[in-house]
Amino acid sequence: KMFSDTAFVRDESQEDITTEHSVSHSQITRLYSRFTSLDKGENGTLSREDFQRIPELAINPLGDRIINAFFPEGEDQVNFRGFMRTLAHFRPIEDNEKSKDQNGPEPLNSRSNKLHFAFRLYDLDKDDKISRDELLQVLRMMVGVNISDEQLGSIADRTIQEADQDGDSAISFAEFVKVLEKVDVEQKMSIRFLH
Amino acid sequence: MEKEIALLHRADFEFSHIFYFCRKGFEAIVEDEVTQRFSSEELLSWNLLTRTNVNFHYISLRLTVVWVIGVIVRYCFLLPLRFTLAAIGITSMIVGTTVVGQLPNGSVKNYLSEVVHLTCSRILVRALSGTIHYHNKENRPQKGGICVANHTSPIDAIILTNDGCYAMVGQVHGGLMGVIQRATVKACPHVWFERSEIKDRHLVTKRLREHVADKSKLPILIFPEGTCINNTSVMMFKKGSFEIGGTIYPVAIKYDPQFGDAFWNSSKYNIVSYLLRIMTSWAIVCNVWYLPPMVRKEDEDAVKFANRVRSAIARQGGLTELPWDGGLKRAKVKDTFKEEQQKNYSKMLVRNGSVGSLSAETESD
Repeated sequence: KMFSDTAFVRDESQEDITTEHSVSHSQITRLYSRFTSLDKGENGTLSREDFQRIPELAINPLGDRIINAFFPEGEDQVNFRGFMRTLAHFRPIEDNEKSKDQNGPEPLNSRSNKLHFAFRLYDLDKDDKISRDELLQVLRMMVGVNISDEQLGSIADRTIQEADQDGDSAISFAEFVKVLEKVDVEQKMSIRFLH
Repeated sequence: MEKEIALLHRADFEFSHIFYFCRKGFEAIVEDEVTQRFSSEELLSWNLLTRTNVNFHYISLRLTVVWVIGVIVRYCFLLPLRFTLAAIGITSMIVGTTVVGQLPNGSVKNYLSEVVHLTCSRILVRALSGTIHYHNKENRPQKGGICVANHTSPIDAIILTNDGCYAMVGQVHGGLMGVIQRATVKACPHVWFERSEIKDRHLVTKRLREHVADKSKLPILIFPEGTCINNTSVMMFKKGSFEIGGTIYPVAIKYDPQFGDAFWNSSKYNIVSYLLRIMTSWAIVCNVWYLPPMVRKEDEDAVKFANRVRSAIARQGGLTELPWDGGLKRAKVKDTFKEEQQKNYSKMLVRNGSVGSLSAETESD
């Protein structure tokens, strides 16, 4: 063929990703094109620096945490598969999916998995609880230097107190879900992949 | 009950607040406004150049044949022709300006200098198969003024000098460029800075001010973005050019991407491969709009003035405006922007009276 597609798209694994995440062919092509344009080293993987080169992400107070979410434990590079896997959490929930059969594995962009993703942004040490310290860390990232330690501390205390049901001064995933039960998670944690 | 608690306490953080930043972050990862400006614009339909074939697939044998013919025409016919023309143009420029430079200063010298510059510019534009439409020629920059334009490529200067004479501003280079610079400055007072001088902003401003104050001198040509952008948007204008004073003559340049990609992606291609790509494109087609002159208002600072000029250029050229600095092509973004985001969020959190966009997003009661 004179004009071959990029090596990836011809790869059989593309089929896996399409079905695994229910992403359309054109969405994958677009995202792969984005992946390669971010990959300045042209070695098929992205490093943290590649993400930080995006100005709008670099100025995001939670930028570092978001970038970290792409990298599995202890790794410094993420390939396209991993890239798509993390992005898949933010795919909008289509109406026809809501009635899909419950026998298959839960899609990454289900409400529960979106909440799980958010929970993991708080829960740094991965002990399935958001401690006061972990909450304070995230708060500090979001407010910068504009709020005192004391005030921030009392904000954290109040937040935990309101959500904590079993009295262990930490938020478990179940308590997290309960606090957010009225929030439209599906809409707030979804982005459009194609314009 | 919950509402009452919220009213009692001044701050009301919610776990869902991170959703806003999360979503913004992921949106930026999928597509952001800035990094796309540093690579060539994507075309909606293919123009038979391999370089723009990123998103297009093999379609048919006939198309392939057409493409092959295109390659032969471009590389074996157009390229040698253009290269010869360019060589003639550059040589004439160097020889011509050196000869004119020998004359004593006066109106004859100025006239001949203009003739030489214009003629050689026109030869060089032919060498690129340039088709340029100039609009509103009545607004053409006058002597003693400053011409500012959006920057896409080193060719921008030739596009403009094809229709008028300017005093160039820039850094002294080595090599062929240096030879051209040294020759042309003999005939016409271009403003070339040594590398060390460019760092001294006051020196630069002073020299430019002196030039502009002399109403008999040609208008200077400046590209305030400071770097090449891909011609889909206009990025931040550096305020330096707008502090010099004098009348600003804004010019908008818009290339037609169907015939050739004029954008110089300096991190991907060096100047030689860039010129090779330009000379093997179909043509360089562009529109140049001369905008009415603008002056800084009494109560306007340089930054506001720069933005006003930028808006006028963007509007005319059909380009979007971005407040981001073109320097982000290479440099990291300043921390002050993140700090601003944090400040805005903090304000919303302690309800200082300013209701940021966050409150609408995270409303959950």
